[in-house]
Amino acid sequence: MAVLVLVSLALLTVYFRESSGGGLHNLQSTGSSILRPFEVAANRVAQPFRDAASWIGGLSGARADNKELRRELVKARADAIRYQAAIQENTRLEKLLRYSESASFPTDFRPLTTSVIVLPPGQFDQRLVVGVGRVNGVQLDDPVVTDAGLVGHVTRVYTGVAQVTLITDESSFVSVLDLSTGASGLLRHSDSGSSIIMDNVPKKDQVEPGDRIITAGWHTPGLSSIYPRGIPVGVVSSVNQTDIDPNKQIEVRPFVDFGGLQYMFVLASKSGTP
Amino acid sequence: MIDGAKVAVLVFFAAILEVSVFSDVKILGGVPDLLLVTVVAVALLRGAVTGACAGFFAGLVLDTATLETLGLSSLLLTLIGYWVGRYGETTGRDRTHAPFLSVAVVTFLYALGGLALRFVLGEPAPARVVLLDSLFQGIALNLLLTLPLYAVARRLLPPRFRVTRGEGAPALG
Repeated sequence: MAVLVLVSLALLTVYFRESSGGGLHNLQSTGSSILRPFEVAANRVAQPFRDAASWIGGLSGARADNKELRRELVKARADAIRYQAAIQENTRLEKLLRYSESASFPTDFRPLTTSVIVLPPGQFDQRLVVGVGRVNGVQLDDPVVTDAGLVGHVTRVYTGVAQVTLITDESSFVSVLDLSTGASGLLRHSDSGSSIIMDNVPKKDQVEPGDRIITAGWHTPGLSSIYPRGIPVGVVSSVNQTDIDPNKQIEVRPFVDFGGLQYMFVLASKSGTP
Repeated sequence: MIDGAKVAVLVFFAAILEVSVFSDVKILGGVPDLLLVTVVAVALLRGAVTGACAGFFAGLVLDTATLETLGLSSLLLTLIGYWVGRYGETTGRDRTHAPFLSVAVVTFLYALGGLALRFVLGEPAPARVVLLDSLFQGIALNLLLTLPLYAVARRLLPPRFRVTRGEGAPALG
């Protein structure tokens, strides 16, 4: 044993001290060349097993990758939906902003941008809740609009929220006029169906399908409409008249899509009174 | 003589397999050392002198094949072969746990000794990698190799005498 240790130490010392062209290095090189065929043979024998191990490893790796990629896909989908929603939200808000800065926006009113918190629970209830209230300056009967047109008016005000009654509600009445002819009437819920009609328009007044209807915004001493003049309401979809009814039966298709309401303006009066 | 040839062939093929196949097998950061386990098995089965010779030869083949500093592995494996051989001849004789205990201990000592020698020679000695990142995995893998390899070695190199419980050492002569 001592001999072997000494030989080992001698080998170490000589190998360490000699140059790379020394005897031991040459001997090692020769020995390595002799061993090479054995190594190649061992490699060839082991290759199928190595391949199998690599395949199994790759398979488990592929499974892990698949799992990871699926997780990433789910996240990417969620992100895409979020981004899409953000883009849509941005578009809607941009429209609202453009409207609030446009010349058609009612003067004397301060726009309070808000979103719908609670949508109408059913077709029988045409009221929704928005996220602004008394603290924001909302008052009873404040008009509510979108960039498309008139939505309704505030019927209840609380500290941070308010209830808005849509113009499609049975209790809602809006003084309107035909933008083309100036014929005035009262916009209200139809007795016979879910549509809204322009009532109280005498037969002599001229109203044609396709005419645009806007809020009349009348004023009399001590009394005025809660809606400012000029807010788009809808377009006349049909006009009928009968011999027994002194007024025309005018159906109005509102500009606002009440099924897709998200953002809107509550028009708070600048003077403090609606 | 035949025994010596068997040991040489066994160690030689273990060294070839180690450098060409097993050194490439990395499991959880550890690399199994077939050659070390083979030297331990031979040393346990044939004693200190054969163990030392097997270690020296194994180290020589290993260093030659890997073009490492000649004598480095020889020195370590010679000492390991001798020490394990002595252990096999004395307290470890015919004890079932002897191969496992020996493998676990010498894997640690081999790593430590290799580090120390490389450090002394001024060669790269990444202590953290050797002692923390791969040592325990290496011990576990070597322990896994011990059972089949010791069985093969025992088949090739059957014990020269058996000691049954209650008996003492066989009488010489």
